[in-house]
Amino acid sequence: MADFVQHLHPVLQALIRAVLLVIPSLLLLPIIIWWERRLLSWMQDRIGPNRVGNITFSRTSKLVPSFLQGKKFRLFGLMQPMADFGKLLFKEDITPTAIDKLIYLTAPALALFPSFAIGGTIPWGPYRFLTPVGDVNIGVLYIMAISSLGVYGIVLAGYSANNKFSLMGGLRSSAQLISYELAMGMSLACIVMATGSLKPTEIVTAEHGPLWGLDVAPFNLIENWNILTPYGLVACIVFLICMVAETNRAPFDLPEAENELVAGYHTEYSSMKFAVFFMGEYAAMFAYGLILCTIFVGGWHLVPIRFAYMSHAFPAFGDIWNVLDTLNGSSILAPVWMVLKGLLIITSYIWIRATLPRLRYDQLMSLGWKSLLPLATVNLVVVAIWIVATKVSSPWIGWAAVAVSAVILYVLYQAINRLNTHDRVDLASREIVMVDEPPQRRELDLVDPAPATTV
Amino acid sequence: MNGVPLAAYIGLGMFMFTTGVVGVVIRRNPIVIFMCIELMLNSVNLTFLTFARYQMASMPDDRLAMQNSMMAGQMMVIFVMAVAAAEVAVGLGIIMAIYRLRDNVDIDELNLLRG
Amino acid sequence: MNQTIGGVTVTPELLLFGAVAGAAALCAVGVVAFNNAIRSALCLVVNFFLLAFLYFTLNAEMLGITQVVVYTGAIMVLFLFVIMLLNLGAPQLLVEKRDPKKYIGVLLGAGMFVLLGSQLLPSLVKINAATLTPNLATFGGPEAIGRSLFTSYVYPFEAVSILLLIGIVGSILLAKRRV
Repeated sequence: MADFVQHLHPVLQALIRAVLLVIPSLLLLPIIIWWERRLLSWMQDRIGPNRVGNITFSRTSKLVPSFLQGKKFRLFGLMQPMADFGKLLFKEDITPTAIDKLIYLTAPALALFPSFAIGGTIPWGPYRFLTPVGDVNIGVLYIMAISSLGVYGIVLAGYSANNKFSLMGGLRSSAQLISYELAMGMSLACIVMATGSLKPTEIVTAEHGPLWGLDVAPFNLIENWNILTPYGLVACIVFLICMVAETNRAPFDLPEAENELVAGYHTEYSSMKFAVFFMGEYAAMFAYGLILCTIFVGGWHLVPIRFAYMSHAFPAFGDIWNVLDTLNGSSILAPVWMVLKGLLIITSYIWIRATLPRLRYDQLMSLGWKSLLPLATVNLVVVAIWIVATKVSSPWIGWAAVAVSAVILYVLYQAINRLNTHDRVDLASREIVMVDEPPQRRELDLVDPAPATTV
Repeated sequence: MNGVPLAAYIGLGMFMFTTGVVGVVIRRNPIVIFMCIELMLNSVNLTFLTFARYQMASMPDDRLAMQNSMMAGQMMVIFVMAVAAAEVAVGLGIIMAIYRLRDNVDIDELNLLRG
Repeated sequence: MNQTIGGVTVTPELLLFGAVAGAAALCAVGVVAFNNAIRSALCLVVNFFLLAFLYFTLNAEMLGITQVVVYTGAIMVLFLFVIMLLNLGAPQLLVEKRDPKKYIGVLLGAGMFVLLGSQLLPSLVKINAATLTPNLATFGGPEAIGRSLFTSYVYPFEAVSILLLIGIVGSILLAKRRV
């Protein structure tokens, strides 16, 4: 198969790769949407989308075949997304009159493009053909570049519809995406610096080395997933928050805040045009999930245990280790683990959406600029110190340097913070006490009306 | 890309530069004028890169000289990009400040400094 | 199979370049010609994107991707943001009056292009990348760029970083209502 593909014309090969990039996301979209509706309704105690569409056959009717009588089929809420889709498909497609028509029609396509293209350099497994577009030496930068294009669909949709709500949504979104992209780039830069490569496959390979680069007994049994290193954990948290903000999901869904902006940038879009925005959002969620997996959570390996090393360390169970190693991702099973991890991250997206209330606009900006960006930058400095200390002396000294520098930077941060808050108005936190006692009846102080004075 | 003469890239760069110049001359909207300046900067970037890439042909078999000649053009492009980014941040800030001050951004109206 | 026109062999690469360059040139004209500032900005975005593609064809993949990140991802979004802010406040400001004097400007520009092109381009037609076979592996990769940036060009690099810092401070000062 691979040979056959390699003999095709390069253009055809590129087309095949492009199709292979789009198809998994497209196939997974209905599953993701169904999973979101079901999980969300379960978390919010709504029965509807959770179990709508159960089929119960009559126990007595003659029209029902005997083997079906009284049987009950559960569809686990599958009918809800189907009904949604049917509604979107047959809804009237309204195009407002006073719009910029060309931009209005291209905006949904522009919103869809980056969500599919962003996964182009993400490896799905240890083999070369499992990287959809190509394992290029600018892979991480490619992710940054494509994710920065995501703004255009939203901004243009907001502008072209000639609606103040849409325009406000577009403006908010462009400010939000630019702000969070910086912190995202910084957190990715930490990992790129620590790994020393911009290739996603090399980052994953580095993640499969011994933990913290230490070749000693307890450490070399565990894989060096970036999330297990101190700087990687910080970078991963920053990336996760920025990722949620980049995909415009709750609690960062200010561009489409329905209680302020009707529906934000897609107010004037209906029917399939809205569905395209919707699809783009979910495809982007999945793609970002894969990116998080690749860069922080060990790529295509299921668990962070180095079975290949185990077979050297404990040769008594040699074959078992080898089998486990194969199962863990050094085989064609790798894409399955990738998809599973991606779905796990989408589950966390849904969980976050069900848990956290939407941020206020100023909170959003101050979180991005005053918390995440400084944190990611400090993290970058820590990584640089670690690299220098490790190069100069041993890995142990490197980790000691990380601890010391982190403490020093934290103290510095606190000092600056104190200086900053010195002349700020102290907003005392308001305390709301909830009392469960029944409301007490107020004693009416009944005063006798002044006795009518008689003249 | 093999098979494309140097003149093609330079011609494109030249055309974009001319378009940018014309835009700066004839447009009255300061934002569009800014965009035309960006266009000119980019045409120069393209020219730098083209020369960096095509220059390697005439290089003698000196590794260091070749390395330097390959890099000079690309470094210039990086610095132009950085300067353009700084310029846009400040320039757009100025435009917004002018708009806030005078409720107008037409550059024909901004003649306070005319002698 | 390949034809020769005016001393230049027509290859598939040349045709591809022609298509991309033609689209880029059209977009450049669109930036100047559209009366609507948003459309001008969009033309510029497409132009920068196509330029990134041309950088890739010149084996400068690092700069191509930087072009997308810096220009289409940051600078043009900033432009769109400001245009939309002005559009929200005073849409009539973004529409220009027609002025016959503009045609003189266009004519002068065309004259400049013809003059420059006729002097410069004929001598460059013969130089073709097909005749060159240097080692391209290290031309535009991130390793080569990074090594060069932090060795030979470290002083300009630091100067540019200070310039960017000044730009940040300046734009914050300009945007703040009260200092």
